[in-house]
Amino acid sequence: MAFLEARDLRVTYRPRRAPVVKALDGLSLAVPTGTVLGLLGPNGAGKSTTVKVLTTLIRPESGTATIDGVDVLREPDRVRRMIGVSGQYAAVDENLSAFENLDMVGRLYHLSARDSRRRALELLELFDLMDARTRPVKGFSGGMRRRIDLACALVIDPPVLFLDEPTTGLDPRSRLGLWEVIGRLVEGGTTVLLTTQYLEEADRLADDIAVIDHGQVIARGTADELKSQIGGQRVQLTLVSPADADLVRPVLARVGTGPVQDSNDGRTLGVTVADGASALQEVLGEVRRAGLALHDIGMERPTLDDVFLGLTGHATSAGDAAPAQQPAGRSAR
Amino acid sequence: MSAPAGVAPVPRTLGPVAQWFSDGWITTRRNLIKIRRVPDILVFTTLQPIMFVLLFSYVYAGSIDIPGSSYKEFIMAGIFAQTVVFGSTFSGSAIANDLRDGIIDRFRTLPMRPSAVLVGRTNGDLLINALSMVVMMATGLIVGWRVHSSPLEALAAVALLLGFAYALSWVMALLGMSVRSPEVINNVSFLVLFPLTFISNAFVPSENLPTPLRVFAELNPVSALVLAARTLFGNVPPHAPPGGSWTLQHPIPAVLIGMAVLLVVFVPLAIRRFGRITTR
Repeated sequence: MAFLEARDLRVTYRPRRAPVVKALDGLSLAVPTGTVLGLLGPNGAGKSTTVKVLTTLIRPESGTATIDGVDVLREPDRVRRMIGVSGQYAAVDENLSAFENLDMVGRLYHLSARDSRRRALELLELFDLMDARTRPVKGFSGGMRRRIDLACALVIDPPVLFLDEPTTGLDPRSRLGLWEVIGRLVEGGTTVLLTTQYLEEADRLADDIAVIDHGQVIARGTADELKSQIGGQRVQLTLVSPADADLVRPVLARVGTGPVQDSNDGRTLGVTVADGASALQEVLGEVRRAGLALHDIGMERPTLDDVFLGLTGHATSAGDAAPAQQPAGRSAR
Repeated sequence: MSAPAGVAPVPRTLGPVAQWFSDGWITTRRNLIKIRRVPDILVFTTLQPIMFVLLFSYVYAGSIDIPGSSYKEFIMAGIFAQTVVFGSTFSGSAIANDLRDGIIDRFRTLPMRPSAVLVGRTNGDLLINALSMVVMMATGLIVGWRVHSSPLEALAAVALLLGFAYALSWVMALLGMSVRSPEVINNVSFLVLFPLTFISNAFVPSENLPTPLRVFAELNPVSALVLAARTLFGNVPPHAPPGGSWTLQHPIPAVLIGMAVLLVVFVPLAIRRFGRITTR
């Protein structure tokens, strides 16, 4: 039996003056001991709701969930002694210092005053926050907030760690820093459920990935398995002039098995294909006939973006959807 | 044990009573630190009451005649009551803030008593109000207010004021968990509590008010609170007419009953609500 198991979870939100939302629509998942499951999906797919059910915050209408054999719905208090949670909003007290936050969490886990203080200092050291330990969290940068929030989740070194979009809204440098910290934890053998809308994050941190959309798991496997599941390869080319993109797109659409994807600057286009070699030859022939200048062309294994597109028919649009989950002013404070 | 996380201590399992006290103390301590860190709270709780005492004693005292007594003596219980009633709204806005910031989610995933956060918060209000009371009474004594009863009765008056405000804190806590943004609490306290404290016997004898306002003032629970405190401080004017409602004829039992009803109804409601809320 898996360390963490959820079966057929259903949660429905009934907001006032808005349509009913089936946040979880029969979601099931299993995380074996000591592994990291990446729950990958766009905003509104049900990632946070899954975490909230498993961390005792929300009761589902139906379904079951167990952590190390303990029933999450029947014995929430026992489950709370076994879990650490770090969310997308750094859930710490703004007016308390880094040390005071950690010490408070320690005391609420009912550590002795001495143990709690010792552990707080240990975690401050580990997360490189020793210099900021007496400063109120209010003045912390986004990356520091996430670190103190993650540290709060590790006060008792829980057997299961929930990381709900741990790097959403962070700048690339802070994200890399946090990935390193999480990577080290994972090597230590903690069982982790990680939610993310960044494909790269799931690829990098998770052993297994569950792709989730509309409250259901729609695909499951390692990053490599998912990549091969939607077809072998991918042809990608970069044009010298973005103006030529419209000429190349129909060619790619013809040889491809999925929709053509553009990069942000409009010069790089790619498509998944069934037979890489012949598709590449055909594209090259067409490009030469049209007399287009290429910067680069090649064959690649598909990215997780392709996986998502292939599975759901729509892009993850992680970039432009992110602000919707971060109400104005939250990250600025 | 995972090497990078260090050697984590093992949580103790406390008995229910020990756990209740421990959790309540830790969350209270959190609010005490906040009082120290946020200067606005201290300004609101010390300077504003001083200002009210001074304004009412010097601006209005000359114009409002209280037969057989002085306005300064009359007004003090009213200022006390208004201040502690407004003091109870901190719980509402603080909990609405906690909910917005996501820290309620953190608390709810910890193995603590679900009531502890609310106990800590309402205790915070109680301490703030106690501080306000000390400051106001000292200011009052300086400007000429006197207690004309026994020290024990004066103490009972303070206890009644603080107790009623404490009960109100639980109502505000529930409200704080039911609104969409913390700002709503401030609007509610402004739009509801201002009329409630002003259309009462706090600042003027209610028998002088026009009939509709007089009826409202006589039934207003704040009037009962003010009269109860005024009675226990010995500040009721000698020839004041008896109250027009049961609550004003028996202000002390009325306040005690009101307090008990608020606590019995709103403490369980607030704790129940806390067990279900989460940041959306």
